[in-house]
Amino acid sequence: MLELSGIHKTFNIGTVNEKKALIDLNLKVNEGDFITVIGGNGAGKSTMLNVIAGVFPPEQGVITLDGVNVTKMAEHRRAGMIGRVFQDPMVGTAGNMNIEENLALANRRGKFRGLGWGVKKSEKEFFKEKLKMLDLNLEDRMGTKVGLLSGGQRQALTLLMATLIKPKVLLLDEHTAALDPKTASKVLSLTEEITSKENITTVMITHNMKDAIKYGNRLIMMMGGTIIYDVAGEEKKNLTVNDLLAKFEQSSGGEFANDRMLLG
Amino acid sequence: MVIFQTFLTGTNQGLLWAIMAIGVYISYRILDFADLTVEGSFATGGATAGIIMTLCKDFVAKGPAQGIFISVIGLLVAMIAGGLAGLVTGLLNTKLKIAPILSGILTMTGLYSINMIIMGLAIKKPMSNLGLGMVGTLFSKAEEFMPISRNWIIFIIAVIVVAVVVGLLYWFFGTEVGSAMRATGNNERMAKAQGVSTQNSKILGLVLSNAFVGLSGALVTFQQSNASVTMGVGSIVAGLAAIIIGESIISGKFPFWARLLSIVLGSIIYRIIISFIYLAGVNSEYIKLLTAILVVLALSIPLIKEKISKMPRKPKKNAKGKDEPDDTARQDAIVDEYVGEDEARKDTDVLQTEDGADSAATEV
Repeated sequence: MLELSGIHKTFNIGTVNEKKALIDLNLKVNEGDFITVIGGNGAGKSTMLNVIAGVFPPEQGVITLDGVNVTKMAEHRRAGMIGRVFQDPMVGTAGNMNIEENLALANRRGKFRGLGWGVKKSEKEFFKEKLKMLDLNLEDRMGTKVGLLSGGQRQALTLLMATLIKPKVLLLDEHTAALDPKTASKVLSLTEEITSKENITTVMITHNMKDAIKYGNRLIMMMGGTIIYDVAGEEKKNLTVNDLLAKFEQSSGGEFANDRMLLG
Repeated sequence: MVIFQTFLTGTNQGLLWAIMAIGVYISYRILDFADLTVEGSFATGGATAGIIMTLCKDFVAKGPAQGIFISVIGLLVAMIAGGLAGLVTGLLNTKLKIAPILSGILTMTGLYSINMIIMGLAIKKPMSNLGLGMVGTLFSKAEEFMPISRNWIIFIIAVIVVAVVVGLLYWFFGTEVGSAMRATGNNERMAKAQGVSTQNSKILGLVLSNAFVGLSGALVTFQQSNASVTMGVGSIVAGLAAIIIGESIISGKFPFWARLLSIVLGSIIYRIIISFIYLAGVNSEYIKLLTAILVVLALSIPLIKEKISKMPRKPKKNAKGKDEPDDTARQDAIVDEYVGEDEARKDTDVLQTEDGADSAATEV
């Protein structure tokens, strides 16, 4: 489905700030996988998602998505196959445009945009139905500017937009980290509901180890720009937070007591 | 009578320059791209239209119909020339990754020479000025057709052109391409994630913007029977003035066409004010300084309002107390007004609004 092989990504090459973000990263994502990704700050989690999405190209390595080599494909071209939700709720939606305009933009992801109407009448019913699924009463506020919505509502809307056209892979970059716990769990259960209903292949970064264990069928742990632990199936189900902590400590040589992960 | 004539010429100028202001609105507000190309492409429009009239002067002299025909061609070519200028800026920014402001400045600087070359095409030598008094223009030719005065002819034609431009843009920004362009200006990362080629959006937006600026330059050239290499100087600020005056007239929830019309209205008000300043005998060289000060004031009003609203407030009854000094009362009144607006906005739109403040600040 999605395969990363031998990916290297270095920022600020040749300067004192040179930072190797990904080092020989290999990952094979199978159709229908829901992978949770954990790892400390600077482990390369977000860089990995950005490389998949095409925000920047890797220096080395090949990315294939559904049999197509997308390594050098421009971000907006790749977008037709990839759904994304970002950590910052402001990033995923256009605040000055209303709900239906945002959805209409998402409904044309990967398609040719011509001089037809930006929001077609026939689409509106479809959008309404989809919005009802979110259970946030947004279906009655289709003309409301997205900027007037709360962070949680924007994140739920972004999630809907990312999956409106079924993506080949859905990339979630800590999409609940900026939300309060109650809203975060609501958005997470929505994520679960949508991805399982449509069987969407998903890669989700999280800082919350409980969530990482609770959701998905596979878990990977990253450190220093590469994957250090990859577990799936029964073994993953039986994991505990303590197991993960132990695994972490063992790999990092115990220097991780201050890490944000502990808060999860 | 003089007063009325001043109103009419002010209105005409406002209408013709409004098309330029709408062009600036596309780049500055919709694309969020501070595009200085405008200062050059305005003159490019004027130079192109002027030289086409000059080069075809024998045909134009045959009669009003021929003159109008060539004038319309001149307007179209002016739009294309303006659009090309926008294309250059767009390519500099998107392909060569030069910062928006610098891209515009570079194009504008280059256009200074190009405009002189265009204006000198008839005598094969660069010129900084091109008079059309002998050749005639769209308006002087139309005057031969119709039994009304020049000013009314300009008014009628300007209203038609402005109506077409507003209608066209209202339609365009409702289309898929137009929506993608708005999304690009509003949130580039989101636009990319939704598969929008933000580079193409920017290029197309700049072409569109400068095409209208060129059209405006051509019409102004026809109106004053003269094109000059400096005619675009200060046009950015004039455009911003029109946009800001327009926005102060209608604020809050309005459909897009009303926003476009507000720019037209803003441009008319601005030009009428200037016409009266001229009438009062103020030297025309001072106008640009006045405009710049006006725009600085207008741009700083939101900030000043915010500062005032953040100051510790006295209880309301004090503000109404009669022995309060005038100043404080006025200040509090402003605060009340501001807070009032804010609350009203919340009332209309909150169900679970948490970050309304953010959006209010960034609304187009």
